[in-house]
Amino acid sequence: MTKEKLKKTMDVIGWPRLIVCLFFAAIVLTAYINGIDVASYFSSTLKYWGMWGILVLAMVPSIKCGIGPNFGVSLGIVCGLLGTLLAIEFNIAPRVNAAMPGAGPWMAMLFAIAVSIAVAWIVGIGYGKLLNMVKGSEMTVTTYVGYSVIYLMCIVWFRAPFSSGEIIWPLGGAGVRNPVSLESSFAYLLNDFLGFNLGPVYIPTGIILCVLLVCLVVHFYFRSKTGIAITASGANPTFARASGIDVNKMRIKGITLSTVLGAVGIVVYTQGFGYLQAYSAPLTMGFLCVASVLIGGATTTKATITHVIIGTFLYQGLVIFTPPVSNELLAGTDISDTMRQIIQNGVILYALAKAKGGSSNE
Amino acid sequence: MSNTPLNKKSSLDGLKRFVFDNKVILLFVLLSIVCILIADTNASYVASEVFTRFGRNTCLVLALIIPCLAGLGMNFGIVVGAIAAQLSIFWVVHWGFTGMGGLLLCVLISTPLAVLFGWLLGKLFNKTKGSEMITGLVLGFFADGLYRLFVLYIIGGVIPFDDPNLLERGFGLRNAFDLTGNLKYSLDDISFLTTVSVLSVVSIFSTLVLSSFDKKMGREVNAKQVTGKVVASVVVLVVSIVARFVPILNDMLGSNRLLMSDAVMLGGIGLLVYAAVMLAWKRPEKGSGAFRKLAGFAVLALVLLVSNFIPDVNKLYRSVRLPAMTYAVICFFVFFNNWILSTRLGQNMRTVGQSRSVATSAGLDVDKTRIIATCISTVMAAWGQLIFLQNLGTFNTVQQQSNVGLYAVAAILVGGANVQKASNKQAIIGVFLFHTLFVVAPLAATKLVGDSAISEYIRMFFSYGVIAVSLAMHAWKSGGGRKPGAEGMSAVMMQPTNPAANSRPK
Repeated sequence: MTKEKLKKTMDVIGWPRLIVCLFFAAIVLTAYINGIDVASYFSSTLKYWGMWGILVLAMVPSIKCGIGPNFGVSLGIVCGLLGTLLAIEFNIAPRVNAAMPGAGPWMAMLFAIAVSIAVAWIVGIGYGKLLNMVKGSEMTVTTYVGYSVIYLMCIVWFRAPFSSGEIIWPLGGAGVRNPVSLESSFAYLLNDFLGFNLGPVYIPTGIILCVLLVCLVVHFYFRSKTGIAITASGANPTFARASGIDVNKMRIKGITLSTVLGAVGIVVYTQGFGYLQAYSAPLTMGFLCVASVLIGGATTTKATITHVIIGTFLYQGLVIFTPPVSNELLAGTDISDTMRQIIQNGVILYALAKAKGGSSNE
Repeated sequence: MSNTPLNKKSSLDGLKRFVFDNKVILLFVLLSIVCILIADTNASYVASEVFTRFGRNTCLVLALIIPCLAGLGMNFGIVVGAIAAQLSIFWVVHWGFTGMGGLLLCVLISTPLAVLFGWLLGKLFNKTKGSEMITGLVLGFFADGLYRLFVLYIIGGVIPFDDPNLLERGFGLRNAFDLTGNLKYSLDDISFLTTVSVLSVVSIFSTLVLSSFDKKMGREVNAKQVTGKVVASVVVLVVSIVARFVPILNDMLGSNRLLMSDAVMLGGIGLLVYAAVMLAWKRPEKGSGAFRKLAGFAVLALVLLVSNFIPDVNKLYRSVRLPAMTYAVICFFVFFNNWILSTRLGQNMRTVGQSRSVATSAGLDVDKTRIIATCISTVMAAWGQLIFLQNLGTFNTVQQQSNVGLYAVAAILVGGANVQKASNKQAIIGVFLFHTLFVVAPLAATKLVGDSAISEYIRMFFSYGVIAVSLAMHAWKSGGGRKPGAEGMSAVMMQPTNPAANSRPK
């Protein structure tokens, strides 16, 4: 009996989640024992949790609407990058600052977010239409669409007709430099907003509030009539169709929301990073987001906001705590990137194997 | 169909259908031509580059065919095969083996490794039926991580491996792995004459072994045919050995590469002789299929021979130097694919590929068949990677394998294959087209934009874009909008349950 119960509990928690949790605990413990400054690493974990939170949250709508993890969140990411670049290009922050001192960065960020949402909205609808045509192989298609969009945008960034001196290559005259500094617009805006020190730990209140706010919005959206329809069409398309829900439309809504969240997410991420990295930097972000939400306990068919919050924390915690510990234990070797690669893809593989596959060619 | 008189309308329809059926290939041919025109480059440079890349990449692409027909889609998991190959190279280089012997030892070590990896991969694919492609892709990254852990930390760190030439700082292999002086060109450098000798010896042995095997199994053996084959092989063997002592022939065919102009001459004459002999011997009826085929061969041979005497074309031919043995191995891969698909196992694979439920009801072990297909593919990929690396000569220890799946899949898709159908022809056309574009697209971009930095982006966009478009097109065509559940099942049930009925090659 107890064995069965144990197995059932294990099924709920899932092996990778357990392993990652134990691994994380072990690493934090080792760090503590070895006299590593746990508090400061914990602070940066909180900061990175905020930076990644919305990007990982973008997985929830796409999983809920039945498309599965959105490997192609890079589509939303490039929209967000475009919005940010436009905010710099139009000099929003200095201009507003001249009129209303102090409000500049906020207006610049709002402008960037507004533009990104608008662009991502349109892109998301088209993307949703594409994904409705390829039901059954969404994951593969989203992956490769995401990859090719990143490289398409690389070509675009390279020749884009920006004129702001902060964006273009110092010697070039056109194109986006890599990276672009956000110093003059909204770098670290949310990170520093209302931030305070709780003992040795720095709490970036602004970014935490921002993530929680967006989570709340998404939460209430899924409580609304449309949101429930989206969840229903993802959970059981046949039943949803029978109850008069237009499943294809709901899928488009879900993936659009996911793309928009991706766009907002990258704006929040770049403000926390202080620099905007165009080109191939966002290439692996999709996989990272998928792995984060899966570590949090989501599956390819089920995801909640709690999964996002837990998963992002665990993943970022691992990424931040492993390098110092591995440095300490293995005498100057940084094994963390390799570990991250193994854990990230292992978690995705586990989820795929658990999902028992689709029905194509059955 | 061929008997209907050709009027204007049907030929137009035929053209339309031809264009539609080959739209992917035609699109890429067009793209290549545009790029070549824009780039305005040296034709002999492009030709020699494309043929080098053809010899290097084709085996990896041919590894994709069997899993595709077994219903596994594009096998992005061939990365693990490449990993097996690279692991074997580390040890062979460490032990100090060089040349052909070293390469054979690599094959010997990498094959069991690849079988093991393939078996694990197949097991995983069986757990993720329906999403094999994304699984293969993620598994590629996962295996990449494990391989990196092994290469950078475990070798020398945990496993004792004392080789100051290979280790960077006591543990972890050097970032760039140089094969110059040990394995570089070990296969490519084998001359045409040696290749022919080796092939004829192999042919003698295989004929004898197969016939005795057939006799043992109680099958009828055509003694005349067997003797004929053996005698022909012996004659070829003797000729290839004698040619060594004829200075002209030895200069032409005995060097480490075969000039394409010589290859064209040889091929043309060979084809012409073959056509003439067959025409004289079998005497096929005029207008019959066999006659047409032979006449086509003869015309092709004449075209080849004549083209060799056009100065410009001859110059082009002279700029391309072919590695004889590598091309022979490619031919072997092609024949192997054809052979395995004609066996009972191959038929089972096709059945499984068409419908798993039909295969199950016909009593086939679906899971096992899929695992075998994956294993074969992985082993072929390992050998393909060995061929790739011995030609390249130097490789990035940690990252070399990571794009293997990407480029191979993109190439075969350019050749007109899709997720459910792939053939040797498509693989070969695809490699040619893909790599032509790979060579000329950056040149064209550089000319247009005036900056060479953009070419890497174009290459990557191009590879990923091909896969994205082709996967999306396929998923769309195969009825993505189909309602899941009941309808899909009933459609499957209505298919004929006799596996032989739909497993015959079409």
